[in-house]
Amino acid sequence: MSTLEIRGLKVSVDTENGPVEILKGVDLTIKSGETHAIMGPNGSGKSTLAYSIAGHPKYQITGGTVTLDGVDLLDMTVDERARAGLFLAMQYPVEVPGVSVSNFLRTAATALRGEAPKLRTWVGEVKSAMAALSMDPSFAERNVNEGFSGGEKKRHEIMQLELLKPKIAILDETDSGLDVDALRIVSEGVVRAKADNDLGVLLITHYTRILRYIKPDFVHVFADGRIVEEGGPELAEKLEANGYAEYVSK
Amino acid sequence: MSTLTTNYLTPTGREEAWRFTPLKRLGGLHNGTFKLATRNTLALTGAAPAGVTFERIGRELISAESVTDDVIVGRIHEAASEVTVLKIAANTELAEPISLHRLAGGLTDAELSRVQLRIGANAKAIVIIENSGDHLLAEDIEIICEPGSNLTVVSLQEWDSKTIHAGRQHAIVDRDATFKSIIVTVGGDVVRLLPTVEFKGQGASVELLGVYFATAGQFFEHRMFVDHLVPNAKSRVNYKGALAGQDAHTVWIGDVFIRAAAEGTDTYELNRNLLLSDGARADSVPNLEIETGEIVGAGHASTTGRFDDEQLFYLMSRGIAVEDARRLVVRGFFNEIVSEIGNAEIQDRLMTRIDQELEKAGAQ
Repeated sequence: MSTLEIRGLKVSVDTENGPVEILKGVDLTIKSGETHAIMGPNGSGKSTLAYSIAGHPKYQITGGTVTLDGVDLLDMTVDERARAGLFLAMQYPVEVPGVSVSNFLRTAATALRGEAPKLRTWVGEVKSAMAALSMDPSFAERNVNEGFSGGEKKRHEIMQLELLKPKIAILDETDSGLDVDALRIVSEGVVRAKADNDLGVLLITHYTRILRYIKPDFVHVFADGRIVEEGGPELAEKLEANGYAEYVSK
Repeated sequence: MSTLTTNYLTPTGREEAWRFTPLKRLGGLHNGTFKLATRNTLALTGAAPAGVTFERIGRELISAESVTDDVIVGRIHEAASEVTVLKIAANTELAEPISLHRLAGGLTDAELSRVQLRIGANAKAIVIIENSGDHLLAEDIEIICEPGSNLTVVSLQEWDSKTIHAGRQHAIVDRDATFKSIIVTVGGDVVRLLPTVEFKGQGASVELLGVYFATAGQFFEHRMFVDHLVPNAKSRVNYKGALAGQDAHTVWIGDVFIRAAAEGTDTYELNRNLLLSDGARADSVPNLEIETGEIVGAGHASTTGRFDDEQLFYLMSRGIAVEDARRLVVRGFFNEIVSEIGNAEIQDRLMTRIDQELEKAGAQ
């Protein structure tokens, strides 16, 4: 049983005109097995929340705390946070030229498990993870995210989620750029990871369509750098009908 | 060392071709103020396969196939007492690479090494030249590719830290021949190599690939010249370098000349440099001179940059520690070219060396 606890989180980024505050005090608690959807208009700070928790150097934490099972994440380097059990599925996964998917996955698994996975079982593990996401085996020999289509990048992110078995996963607009089939395949991967590992999920999205596949237990509306409304799945239906206008005008 | 009969100008450092080179560190190779060694250290590894001969021939029995305006190459042509000749007979297809290596040399006197590699018509081969240890070496390798041949030459500069190496690898590429050069420079104090190409016949294709990694105080210069003299030839240049540490200095010059007669030329050259620390300097100068507009394509690109923070963040967000992430990125950067060598043992050895260079740089 794990708990990610975000308290009063304030985050700024440096701009030409000095630091600008993006997150203005975020409170959120995510436990194993729970799915929290964060929904909000573009520019409300949803992705900033994701990247700040993961430790991207662009974001300065100016206040608040983030802990995983009581341990301060903000004090850790990016890789330490991952080893503590955090995973970020990125909206725009980064190309790493010359590094094959198989080499990357094995290096990551070695880092997270503290020892190199046994080659024989590992190959099978990767194969079945890829098959589960309808990915061609040749994928393993391609360079990380290089020349991947939008859908391939997202499948690759969710394949890592299934292989690396984090405690808490943040999915940053994993649904963006996916067609209906890819959305279903990717969503099924998330549901599997939840079932297999009792994963806690923070699902960041602009649209409600992914919530048909990944049922949220809680829905949080994000606007202007903070959570402005919270509720159950019914809140998503209200957003579907009314949009974000009421929150943006506040 | 005796004076040259041909009138070469002794470089002063103001000449375009010498303006980056630290002449004082060349061990006198540029001005003849060195003691001439009598050794010839280039040796064949193992026995020559069928269709291949490796021999040393007196200078008077073999003339140079090319001219040069480089004073060091000129001195080799005049003063080297013998020529090492590797010949691959026409129509020979070799499954295994031919390996050459250098025996122990030294730094107190200079070896002038003159080499000819000749591949006969329609033959196919890979030649690997492995350089290690400490040498004071001036070297000219003429590579003659006869019509329809297919030759890959891999040249590995895994020198120890004091080596001074100035050389030319000049390919003369005849009709429908394919020539690929892979030059790797990861060791030495001063290494200055001239990979040059002279197209002799139509339909020929050349690829010049290279990687280099300079750490504190090392100077590595790679200065290509691709001379498109004839129509319908193709050339590709791709060099990748990394630098780390105080006064690590690399120079890449890509001169491509498309002469008026060279209609249908297709050429592209690329140089990428990865600056891994402060205090290092990468010079990168592509030059394209075009005398005819009737070409398929001509282009160049040159970039010099630091680690991509987004790449490191992505890898680290998967639990990979920063040193391992850096190593992955650097290995990946070089992999595009190292993987072209086509020999797993050498590729692994080079990647390990690259890891060590990176580690050395990180420790500073």
